[in-house]
Amino acid sequence: MSTYKIAVIGDKDSILGFKTIGVDTFSVTSSEAALQTLKRLVSDDYGVIFITEELARDLQDIIAELNKRYLPAVVLIPNSKGTLGIGIQQIKKNVEKAIGADILFRKEG
Amino acid sequence: MEIRVNPTRMELNRLKKRLKMAQRGHKLLKDKRDELIRQFLILVRKNKDLREHIEKELSDAFSKFLLARAVMPAESLEEALMYPTKKLSLEISKKNIMSVYAPKFEWAEEDSGRGEESSIYPYGFVETSAELDISIETLSDILPRLMELAEVEKAVQLLAEEIEKTRRRVNALEYVLLPKLEDTIKYITMKLEENERGALTRLMKIKDVVRAKMQ
Repeated sequence: MSTYKIAVIGDKDSILGFKTIGVDTFSVTSSEAALQTLKRLVSDDYGVIFITEELARDLQDIIAELNKRYLPAVVLIPNSKGTLGIGIQQIKKNVEKAIGADILFRKEG
Repeated sequence: MEIRVNPTRMELNRLKKRLKMAQRGHKLLKDKRDELIRQFLILVRKNKDLREHIEKELSDAFSKFLLARAVMPAESLEEALMYPTKKLSLEISKKNIMSVYAPKFEWAEEDSGRGEESSIYPYGFVETSAELDISIETLSDILPRLMELAEVEKAVQLLAEEIEKTRRRVNALEYVLLPKLEDTIKYITMKLEENERGALTRLMKIKDVVRAKMQ
């Protein structure tokens, strides 16, 4: 068992608070920069990477690829402007993939 | 739809053995898939609840943080937050769910060695606003559940992947391999019976011929 680090990628407004609780923060504004940062963090020993939905929106491909791996865990978080619903969408996709039909969200939708 | 083989008894025995093996594998995989789905459903429900809660709370914390930002000059805010008192470290162990290995996160806070009593606030209270304190407190309250979310979500993703794989295998066995084997076995049995009948008629015919010649 080895030690890993926790990172958060996002715009400055959303992530400054995380710094105080001891998470490594990487503030980026463009999705290209986010991609570069994400790639760098993956090859480093980060176990959990939080990324804001706004940035993750353009990186869905690579995140989907990372989700198949054992580590790291990429977790989408809302940013200071609120949630975009991508995180929930991802859960829905997982259900559809596993079961073949969406049985969790059907009631609401 | 059958496999090209020589219709011999030996081949038949071999195929029957293969069929039995495939049926056993099929049953096992089906059981595995069912159990995986059961586990998956438990986890995914938890995942959904956690995510919904966290998204709400996190948005809350962020809006408080924005408020704090609004009432403080940007420089002094950054200065206040520059040196965190805590450092999070993460230990990862493996958790086995139906032979799917999912990471289990255990995190610990380390003081960054400034020798102070551990307070989550890295700044003095003189220059900063109360909103900042609140938003940081909320954030640090959310953190345990955020880590739990990371763990559950990862497990859900890995399980979904495994279920898809298992289901594909079950279907391949059920709809391709098993019918193929059954068809081939049927083909061989029929061919063998046909040969037997052929041999029998030939014998009878020969007998007739022989008998006719004797008379």
